[in-house]
Amino acid sequence: MATHNLIQTVTVGAGGAASVEFTSIPQTYTDLLILYSLRGSQAQVYTQASLTFNASSTGYYWKMLQGTGTSIGNQAVTNGSSIGGFNGTGSSATANTFGNLRLYIPNYAGSQFKSCSINDVLETNASTTYMSLVAAVWTNTNAITTITITGANNWVQHSSASLYGIKNT
Amino acid sequence: MPTKLVINCSTGERAEVEMTAEEVAQQEADASAFAEQEAARQAELDATAATKASAQAKLRALGLSDAEIEALVG
Repeated sequence: MATHNLIQTVTVGAGGAASVEFTSIPQTYTDLLILYSLRGSQAQVYTQASLTFNASSTGYYWKMLQGTGTSIGNQAVTNGSSIGGFNGTGSSATANTFGNLRLYIPNYAGSQFKSCSINDVLETNASTTYMSLVAAVWTNTNAITTITITGANNWVQHSSASLYGIKNT
Repeated sequence: MPTKLVINCSTGERAEVEMTAEEVAQQEADASAFAEQEAARQAELDATAATKASAQAKLRALGLSDAEIEALVG
């Protein structure tokens, strides 16, 4: 049976932070899961986010499907410098609401290319908001030891991230 | 300079550090690229909506009711 073990959890402080980075991730699990609660200061209902592994800026391929409540869209990037297409809430969203994001990375410690999936939904009291699904691959065989999520603008106070390691016990 | 919240998973140590010039450049490039893609996507959606509205207007001019147009094009 797979168990989820909380490795670290962090909450952004009063000054905000443009980026949240987990380093020295233990290699003793099979999969990783990160649950984010994010609100950024971009002047939109969303704050665009980007994801990188091991501080690398090459070799990311991703496809996004998105609904906004009033429209649907999709986006694909080949050999990009990060994984995008997902968001936290922005400063135009209802005050004190945060976006919910889930990042899943199977076989993060293996020697194959690294795939991951992201789903997010933003919270705001309006008819238009953003819900995204992202499937991505990082064409790199190194084990993932560092995960960084960066906003187009600062992540605000009380944004949080919890990193879980998953393995069979 | 923007800051980065770094959590060392082995030690539990947390630090708020300034982003490097390269990281800031990457952040700006990502934001710019995503804004361009979002604008292109929105323009495509707007164009599709305009085409649909034009088609509905032409059907209405031919005498179709709104219910009939809805049944045809949704």
